[in-house]
Formats: sequence, structure tokens, C-alpha cells
Amino acid sequence: MRSSLHSRFPSIPKSPTGIKGLDEITFGGLPKGRPTLICGNAGCGKTLLAIEFLVHGALDFKEPGIFMTFEETAADLTDNVASLGVDLNALIKRKLIKIDHVRVERSEIEETGEYNLEGLFVRLNYAIDTLGAKRVVLDTIESLFSGLSNATILRAELRRLFHWLKEKGVTAIITGERGSNTLTRQGLEEYVSDCVILLDHRIVEQISTRRLRVVKYRGSLHGTNEYPFLIDDTGITVLPITSLGLTHPAPTGRISSGIPQLDAMLGGRGYFKGSSVLISGTAGTGKSSLACYFAAAHAKARKRCLYFAFEESQEQILRNMHSINLQLKPWVKKGLIIFDACRPSLMGLEQHLVRIYKVVEEFKPDAVIIDPISNLVSSGTGREVQSMLTRLIDFLKMKQITTLYTILTTSGAPVDDTEVGVSSLVDTWLLIQDLQHAEHRRRKLFIIKSRGMGHSDQVKDLLISNAGIQITDREVKTETH
Amino acid sequence: MNDKKRSTENKSETNDEKWNLRLYVAGQTPKCLVAFSNLKKICDEHLSGRYKIEVIDLLKNPKLAEGDQILAIPTLVKKLPTPVRKILGDLSNTERALIGLDLRSPDGL
Repeated sequence: MRSSLHSRFPSIPKSPTGIKGLDEITFGGLPKGRPTLICGNAGCGKTLLAIEFLVHGALDFKEPGIFMTFEETAADLTDNVASLGVDLNALIKRKLIKIDHVRVERSEIEETGEYNLEGLFVRLNYAIDTLGAKRVVLDTIESLFSGLSNATILRAELRRLFHWLKEKGVTAIITGERGSNTLTRQGLEEYVSDCVILLDHRIVEQISTRRLRVVKYRGSLHGTNEYPFLIDDTGITVLPITSLGLTHPAPTGRISSGIPQLDAMLGGRGYFKGSSVLISGTAGTGKSSLACYFAAAHAKARKRCLYFAFEESQEQILRNMHSINLQLKPWVKKGLIIFDACRPSLMGLEQHLVRIYKVVEEFKPDAVIIDPISNLVSSGTGREVQSMLTRLIDFLKMKQITTLYTILTTSGAPVDDTEVGVSSLVDTWLLIQDLQHAEHRRRKLFIIKSRGMGHSDQVKDLLISNAGIQITDREVKTETH
Repeated sequence: MNDKKRSTENKSETNDEKWNLRLYVAGQTPKCLVAFSNLKKICDEHLSGRYKIEVIDLLKNPKLAEGDQILAIPTLVKKLPTPVRKILGDLSNTERALIGLDLRSPDGL
């Protein structure tokens, strides 16, 4: 849908940033040959975004770049990006990138009359011409205001500089500190009007989230939402998914749940491929076991399954499944099942989603399991949860990945908010309940809904023993696990 | 390189310390010409016979803009005596220029 919409409108030429997700939001990158303003508070990732823009330009798009820094020294910059595995020195040696540190020390400077910034122009021009640069970063040019006192001259000169950059035809990034009532402290947004991107780093309930928003993009469509982004050892990843709309394909192929009796309940052939499945139940009802059977079924069909575990480690899950006669280790060894275990409280919901997005893009699985999604939900706050989950489910659907979520419900209580929120989005919803019968407790399983297929309306017994999982109509005398 | 700078040397007596000054310009703009004549005047008045002015045209030597950390034009750099100082502007404000050259302390003494 995106591409068709996009192709209907002619757009201005773009310069790809190479940053995962950002080029999707901007439908191709920053405006080519024009300046873009990146603003945000200290520590929001402006410099990193800018340097990534240059590094990708140099390595992936054959566009050398100049990094003019007004704050950090070349050595600091090199050290900072070394942690991302980028050898800036090698790029400098290969004449793909040049760093020019502009040092303005107020104590060494005396102003005695009229001047202009021609020195800066000459410097930049010389650097651009010697390198054949197509990209330029000015980080953070606003520091000039603290080094030089004549703001009137500075403003006029900056206006001239941005205009000059445009004439020079370089794609430029200008960074600016967030002001109290303005996007940047010195109101640079007045001069750079082609594209403005705002970065934000906030802490909500002690969990930090980074967000990115394209405030303005002249002559181009762009996503207008706030997009969460992540900074890790590979740099910046922006989660590009937004409300994708209901345009995803609906495959008719089926995939086994891993349990023949459950397949039988689902019209005899299991789940739809590319559909989403929710298993909810109280603690200890066997949700993870059902999820693992599903994973194993995929592996047996030589398909890949990605298992996000938010409660247990991989080893714990393997051991537990071994005790009910489900051997997952061989599949893990073959790389058909991959576990990704992570504490939900480690980061905010959005960061989790970005990470899930990243791992999914990397591993390209046929199925994804999130066990349990309730833990993930607890790391978010209020209203954002629903929209985030919608984004996640939509994203996986677009990729035609079969997904299985488990939700932990509290016993006795009717379905809670998150359950309602998620359940309206999924295609198939299984509920497992614990019933106490004299001296036994029994697990009851039934299908609340399963879109697009005839399905069983019976309440079945779910038996988990050291022989495995069994779903039966009536009580069978087995040693319960 | 020598043909690219203009040197104005004034050799006379005094064994006082030598003043080594560099004026960065970008072409023969009016502002740069004003700066040069202002500088000459100040030097003749206060540093007679003890100074050397080098004029560097960045349009001819663009490389030096980065090497010498030049941003504004015109910029006068006092290389000697230390500390190194950068004096921006056309030097029309003689008071500030003298302060910048350490020929007068900021409090006017």
C-alpha cells in the first residue's frame, strides 16, 4: 500500500541515510542536495544519527562526507563510533570521510568590528572540493553563539551558509539543541526549512524511551507519528511501523499447532499460516508448553521459529519441555528454533518492540512466539500499550509470519484490559482454565474464536504428563504432571 | 608561498620582543582593506619597529583556514608574543583591538 501510494505522487530526489527504519519513514531518505535539521536535547542521539548518515553514505552509497564538529574533537568522535564497530580512521584514510573540528574559544577571541564567517565557508568549500563530498554534517553549529557575541552577524551568516550549502548541492545535516519554546535554541528551524527531524529521549517510570518524529518534510510524504528508536551496538534502529491499515494478505495455507487433537478442533488442519494466535490462561496451565509444541511443529516442517521468552531462560524452557517429552534441543542446534530471552523490565515496551523488529528482520522466521506478552505489556504505560501491540501484530502480519502470544491471566478475575486489547486483534484465541475437582485440578481448554474456519465449540481436557500433551473429551486416567 | 603573502617588516632599533601578527583575509574586500589599514595604523603607533605583519589570503590558501582554525574574516592572529590571540573584525574599534593585542588591559590601565 505504501509503495503504491508513494508511486502515485512524484517525489523529490532523496539521499538514503542507511539507518534502519528511517528511510522507510521518509520514503527514501533525506532531501537530496538540501539541508536537514536534526534537533533534540543533549544525549538524544543527534550526533550518532549524523555520523551514521556519513558512514553509510561513504560505505554504501559512494558519497564521501564532511563532518564539521563544533563540539567534540575528531578523536572523541572516532572513539564514540568505534563502539559501533565503525573504524572512522580507516574511512578518513580512504578519503571517504573528513572530520574538521572547529574550535571556538571565547577567551582567546576579541571582537573589534565588522566581520563575516567567510573563513568557515572557505574551509568547508575546500574540504568538499578536495573530497568530492556529497554529504555534510554541521554538529552543532549553534555553539558558535556561545563562542561569538555578535548574534546579528551570526544569524545573517548562518542564513547565508545554509543557502550556500543548497547551491553547492550537498545533502547536509545540521544539528541543533532543543530550545524551551522552539525546536532549536537559536531558532535554526527558520533557516532550514526543507526537512526537520526531532529526536526525543524521555524517561517514563524509570524506563527510557527514545522517539523520532519527522516534523516537516517539504515536497515529500512522510510518516507523522512518533517512532520509537533504539541505540545499540549496531547504531540506530527506528521502528518504522505505524498503523499499516488492514491491507495485509490473508493466506489460506495451514500450519499444525503441534498437537493433533488441537488441530482437529481447529477445523482439522491447525492454524492459518500468517495468522495470530492468542493463548490465555492462569499460571501453570500449560501455555508455554502449547507454545513449544507449536515451535517444534514448525521445526519439524523445516521452518524457522523465533521464540521471545520474557519469563524463562532458554535452558529452563528446554529442561521443562524435556520433562514432558518434548525435545527442543536438536532444533535449537539446527537453528530452526531460536530463543531470545530478555527481562521485560530491562527496557520500555517500545524498545522491546524495536528489538523484536530488529531480530525478526535479521532471522526472518516463519513463526514468532512471544511468551508471555502480558509481561511485555507491563513494561508499557497506559494508552501506548494498545497502539504498540497493534503495530507489532500488524508488522508480523505484513511479513506473513504466524505468531503465537501467550497471556497470563489472574485466576478468578474475568479477562483483563490487556487481554481484551490483544484478543480483538488476533485471529485465534484459546483459553485454558484451571478447575478444581475434588482432589484434582483439571485444565480445561476451549476455543473462544478462530476466524475463517469451522472450529470446535467443546470444552476439552488438557492433560500434560511426562508423555506429552493430550487433549481429550473426557477424563482419562493418567498421571498428571 | 612567499608571493602569496605580503610582508610588511619594519626594521629599526629596539631589542624589545618582536610582534608577529597574521591577518587572514578572503580576497581584497573592502572590509579586509579597512582591517589592514587599521592594523597598520595601530602598529605604527604602538609597536613602531617591533612588528611583522603577514597577510594571508584564504582564497589563495584555503587549506590554512582549517590548519589555523580560522572562522571569521578578517581575523588577526597575534602569534607572538604569547599567548596567542584571535582578534575578529575590521579593527575599527581601536580600544578592543588594543585589548586584544594585550597592549591595553581591559580595565583601561
